Amino acid sequence: MSAEDLVPPVIELAAVHRTYPGPPEVTALHPTNLTVRRGDYLVVVGPSGSGKSTLLNLLGLLDRPTGGSYRLDGVDVSGLPERDRTALRGGRIGFVFQAFHLLPHRTALENVMLAQIYNGTPRSARRAAARAALSQVGLDHRTHALPTTLSGGERQRVAVARALVTAPALLLCDEPTGNLDSTTARRLLELFDSLHAAGLTIVMITHSAEVARRAQRIVTISDGMLREGGRAEPAPAGAPT
Amino acid sequence: MRWRRDRRVPERSTLGVRDLAAEATAGILQRPARSLLTTLGTVLGVGAFVAVLGLTSTAAGQISSHFDALKQTTVTVTDVGDGRERDKDAPAPVAFPGDADQRVTALNGAVGAGVFWPVSLSKPVIGASVAVTARSSGNAGDLPVYAASAGLFGAIEPTVRVGRVFDRFHDRRGERVAVLGAAAAARLGISQLHAQPAVFINGAAFTVVGIIDDAERLPELLLGIIVPRGTAERMYRPPDPTISPAQMVIRTRLGAAQLIARQAALALRPDRPDLLQATPPADPHQLSDSVSGELTGLFLTLAAICLVIGAVGITNTTLVAVLERVGEIGLRRSLGARPRHIAAQFLTESTVLGTVGGLTGTALGVGVVLTVALVRDWTAVLDPATVLPAPLIGSVVGMLAGLYPALRAATTEPLEALRR
Repeated sequence: MSAEDLVPPVIELAAVHRTYPGPPEVTALHPTNLTVRRGDYLVVVGPSGSGKSTLLNLLGLLDRPTGGSYRLDGVDVSGLPERDRTALRGGRIGFVFQAFHLLPHRTALENVMLAQIYNGTPRSARRAAARAALSQVGLDHRTHALPTTLSGGERQRVAVARALVTAPALLLCDEPTGNLDSTTARRLLELFDSLHAAGLTIVMITHSAEVARRAQRIVTISDGMLREGGRAEPAPAGAPT
Repeated sequence: MRWRRDRRVPERSTLGVRDLAAEATAGILQRPARSLLTTLGTVLGVGAFVAVLGLTSTAAGQISSHFDALKQTTVTVTDVGDGRERDKDAPAPVAFPGDADQRVTALNGAVGAGVFWPVSLSKPVIGASVAVTARSSGNAGDLPVYAASAGLFGAIEPTVRVGRVFDRFHDRRGERVAVLGAAAAARLGISQLHAQPAVFINGAAFTVVGIIDDAERLPELLLGIIVPRGTAERMYRPPDPTISPAQMVIRTRLGAAQLIARQAALALRPDRPDLLQATPPADPHQLSDSVSGELTGLFLTLAAICLVIGAVGITNTTLVAVLERVGEIGLRRSLGARPRHIAAQFLTESTVLGTVGGLTGTALGVGVVLTVALVRDWTAVLDPATVLPAPLIGSVVGMLAGLYPALRAATTEPLEALRR
C-alpha cells in the first residue's frame, strides 16, 4: 500500500456511464473508473462534445448516471433520493462556472452569502464567513460592489468565494478561465494553485493547455472514453486561456 | 493556510421563513418598475371591488336618509268605500269620522293627522270678487278646492306666508274661511290679508285667513283653496271614493310609520276598518337593498373581471420572470436549493405582489369612496367586513396566479438552466 492510498478518496467512480435516450441513443460517457483523492488537483481535458460536461454534471450531482457506482466523500450517491443529493450538492460541492452566474442586483458579499442560505448556516454566521471567503480570493475591498461594476476576473473571484464559503469537499470548475483575458486568467489560476496548496480538492474542465500544465493530474476524455494522462489541445488563436 | 473542510453537512437542505421572505423581497425589488406594473391589475381589481361596495353602501345610505326625512314619517289612509253601487247624486258619506284627527293622534307614534279631499263642484266659478262670473276673465274655476280637517296643517307642517291656518273651531262650526296655497293666491291676486279679502266659490264668500307657502308632504295643496271639512260637508257633496277619495295624512315619529299604518284603520273605524286602506311608506332598507343590489351585482362583476385580468397579468409576468431568471434557478439548485424551495420563492413573490396590489387597491377604493362622498356632500359608508378582508383578495389572487409559474420554476432542470 502506497502512502497515496492512505489518503481518503473524495470521488470514486466505478463503471459509471451515461446514455441519453434517443432516438438516436447517445452514449456520452462510456463505463468509467476514476478516483480523486483529497487534495488532488485534477484537470479533465478534451475536445468539444467529448463528454467533459457530462462527467462534470455527474460529479456535481446535477445529473444521474445510467449505470455504475459513484461514491462522493465516502457516501454512495448512486441510489440516493434527489432530496439527499441536493443536500450533498449544497454542502460538499462548490461550483465555479464559466459564465460566473452572479445575481446582478446583489453585491459581491450578498452573492457569496447566497450559498449559505440552503445549507443551514446560521444567519448570524453568514456575513463573517462570506467576508472571509472574499478575503481569501483577494476581494475584501470589493464586498459591496455590484457585479456590473466588477471586472471579469473579479466576478470570477466572487464566484470562487461563493463556492468556497460552504467549505466544500470538492471544487468543481467548468472552464473557469473561459471568459477571461490571459492576465486575469493567470491570476485566477494562481488562486486555484494556492487553494490546492491549502489542501482543497479541485476538479476542473478546460480546453486550456496552460491550465492543464498547472494541474497535478490530467485525464483526457475523447468520445466519452476517459484515460489517465494526455495533454490539452492548444487553445485557438485569440481565445482566452 | 490549510484547507479545512466543515464535516457538518446538513442532512437536508433548508430554507427558513426569514430567508424565504428576504429572497422573495429581493426578487421583487430587483425589478421595481416591472413589479409595480405587475400589481396594477390587482390594484384595479381590488380597488374596483372596494369602491363599488363602498359607493353602493354610501348611495344606499343617502336614499335611506332622504326617506327617513320625509317619506318614512308619512302614512296615508284612503277611503276606499264599501264597493257598493250608489246613486250618483247621493254618494256614501266620508268614511273618516268627525273626530278622525283626534283618534289617530291618540295613537302612540302619531304626531299629527288630518283628512282632506278634493271638493267636487259642477261648473265652478271662483274669483276674488263677487262680480266674477263664469265667463269673466277673472274666473279661476280651474283651481281645485280642498276640504281639510284642521289637523291636516299639523300633519303636513306647511309654511304660513301670511295670516294663519283655520282651526278646529272653524271646522266644527262650518265657518266660511279659506286658506290659499301660494300658487292659488297668486292666481287670485291676493298677497296681503289686511283688507280681509274673500274668495267667492260659486257665489259663496270664504274669508281668506292665510296663505301657505310650502307643504312638502302634500305639495298639491299649494295649487288650491282649502276650506274646513265641516264647512265642505255642509255645503257640498261628499267625495266619490272611486274618483277622488278622501284621504288622511298622518305624520309619525321616525320608525313608527309601519306600526301606525297597521293600527290607523282600526282606530278610525273599529266597526268597518275595511273602508279604509293605510299605505305605509316604502321600507327604506328594502328599497336601498333593491337599488344597491342591482348596482352591486353589475359592478362586482366588473371588479371580478379586473381581478381575473390582474391574475393573468401576474401569471404572465411571473412566467416571464421565471424564464428570464432560469440561470438564477439553476444556480440556486446547484447551491442546494430543492425544487420546493424554488417554487416557494416564486410563489411568495407573486403572493407578496398580490398583497401589495390588494393593499394599494383597498386604499385607492377607500379614497374613491371618500372623494365621491365629499364632492356629493354625502356621508361615506364603508363596511369593515368589506374593507378589511379586501387585501386578502389580492393575496389569494397573487398566490393562485403564481402557482403555474412556480411549478415551472420548480421543475426546471439545473443542468438545463445553467447551460442557458
